[in-house]
Amino acid sequence: MRFLLQRVAFYLFTAWAAITLNFFIPRMIPGDPVQSLISRNQGRISADAIESLRVLFGLDENESVWEQYVDYWKQLLQGDLGLSFTFFPAPVSTVIGDSLPWTVGLVGITTIVSFLLGTALGVGAGWRRGSWVDALLPATTFLSSIPYFWLGLVAIAVFAGPGSFFPSSGGYEPGLVPAFDQYFIPSAIQHSLLPAATILVSSMSGWILSMRNMMVTVSSEDYITVAHAKGLSERRVALSYAARNALLPNVSGFALSLGFIVGGTLLVEIVFSYPGLGYQLFQAVGSKDYPLMQGIFLIITISVLVANLLADVAYLLLDPRTRKS
Amino acid sequence: MAISPSSIEQVIPGQGAMAQPSATPSRAKRRPFRFVANAKAATGLVILAVYVLFAIIGPWVAPYDPSARSSDILQGPSAKHWFGTTHLGQDIFSQILVGTRSVVVVGLLAGVVATILSILIGVTAGYLAGVADEGLSALSNVFLVIPALPLIIIITSIVERASDTLVALIIGLTSWAWGARVLRAQTLSLRRRDYVEAARASGERTWRIILFEILPNLTAIIASGFVGTVIFAVMSEITLAFIGISSITSWNWGTILFWAQGQQALAQGAWWWFVPAGLAIALLGTALALINFGIDEFVSPRLRSGGSTRIRTASGHTVRMRVGFTPVLNPPAVAPPPVPVDAVVLSSTDRKGGSR
Repeated sequence: MRFLLQRVAFYLFTAWAAITLNFFIPRMIPGDPVQSLISRNQGRISADAIESLRVLFGLDENESVWEQYVDYWKQLLQGDLGLSFTFFPAPVSTVIGDSLPWTVGLVGITTIVSFLLGTALGVGAGWRRGSWVDALLPATTFLSSIPYFWLGLVAIAVFAGPGSFFPSSGGYEPGLVPAFDQYFIPSAIQHSLLPAATILVSSMSGWILSMRNMMVTVSSEDYITVAHAKGLSERRVALSYAARNALLPNVSGFALSLGFIVGGTLLVEIVFSYPGLGYQLFQAVGSKDYPLMQGIFLIITISVLVANLLADVAYLLLDPRTRKS
Repeated sequence: MAISPSSIEQVIPGQGAMAQPSATPSRAKRRPFRFVANAKAATGLVILAVYVLFAIIGPWVAPYDPSARSSDILQGPSAKHWFGTTHLGQDIFSQILVGTRSVVVVGLLAGVVATILSILIGVTAGYLAGVADEGLSALSNVFLVIPALPLIIIITSIVERASDTLVALIIGLTSWAWGARVLRAQTLSLRRRDYVEAARASGERTWRIILFEILPNLTAIIASGFVGTVIFAVMSEITLAFIGISSITSWNWGTILFWAQGQQALAQGAWWWFVPAGLAIALLGTALALINFGIDEFVSPRLRSGGSTRIRTASGHTVRMRVGFTPVLNPPAVAPPPVPVDAVVLSSTDRKGGSR
């Protein structure tokens, strides 16, 4: 319990740090990014919205940085992330709310599947060190060195021609209305297959390798020799003795590298024009939509923190020692 | 390194003339280039050297000006244009050659910046302990958890048309945390070692202990952290160029992909436009990863893949070698003397260790 509380405290601290970072970043922007928007949409933009953007960018000359910071927090706690420039009059929170489920569905599920599959293969590769499996390791290294987005480009070129089963872009058939019905769900799954496969292929090899190395290290421990000496079956020693202990560092490694993985996988969305946060970020960067960029960064960071917390809970369940103390 | 290569053999009693007496004196010598003898590391270093060479001479040996237009529009690979041409008739082979410099420079520069930061923060945190440690490791954990790439994308897009140097600095300043964390853990275990305690007791200054007692023993970790950061930096730089937020006037492989994507190279079937750049990235990444494997295996010999593990025993059975398990190849005539458990375990940990 104490372990969990410590972690929660740390994540709260990190969230605070990220929000503070998010507060300072737009203050580095040269010039007045809001002015051009206001003059472009003369009369269509409400006074409230202008005020909220001014707080976001720190354009109020009369306030000290500290007062700006307090205002920023007040605004944030009301869920107000400002207005999106590209999707003008839509607030950033609505834009993010629309694209978040897509990212959670694609990136979230593939990350977990890739971790589970990679770990399982790593158990096999580590236990059978020196067999033909070792010959496959350089190939996985090569695959993991390919940028996600390039693999996506190749996948589109090879698999997604006209008339192919795999669509090359989008999250669902144009013309369908997002809903949980028999038309929309299959279409969404069909559209996610290729991006998901891309992410799996390039992210899995990292897990295979780290799990293999942990297995090799663990299988020279005394308790493994003892288990062998007791005459336990090969399978039982491999899974219940070696893999179970080798899994712990891999789970904490998973938690720590989530930030890296999520950052990389977001790029796959760009290539496939998948309507998630990564694609939204790409569009925001292209049109200098600072409020949307900041909002997306904040949401990604908080999602990663939540995922981290879940990984910690998993660790807690796997390792009895953390529960004792 | 902390793990001496002979530590495995030293504990094997009863192996007679085979292992002990002759091996120890020659093994104790330092062989500075032993690392290069590792096949993986050697392959990686050779490939990396080729890239560095092209980074230096690339712009001079490139057959064309990478930005020069010509009338050969969107042509496939030929003797005239090895990797084909773009929609403006630019030579893709020249673009790749010229772009190598930017990729290598940004990768190495960001790697150096991040490594220096990770040493400063990680080693200081590990050595000082107490409040300073708490603060510094909280800082590195925060940077570790915050998704680096979106942060880099946002900062770079705010700094308009960022130059290569600036991109390298941004990447370096945001990606030091992993190295710092690993270094802190290792320093923490080193500072309790006897030789460090001895140095402290004999009144050496703190900076001297860190610089001359601790740092040399962290070389392998620092090197592997550096290589890892270079991989990340190269990927990030190419990503930034691919999205089109770093300067698009200078050439790197990401810029090539940016134009290929923007001009619908895929839909037009111009595979030569994006395949070479991708392979160049993947090969560089593989080379760096191989160097890292080499370092890992150098530090921890257990990880080496030990060649074939199936062997035939004297009685005709086939046995699979594994850690902690030694088949009896030549049945002894008399019962062997009892051997301590440790020795049995260790004797088979690395059958091939000496030969690789």
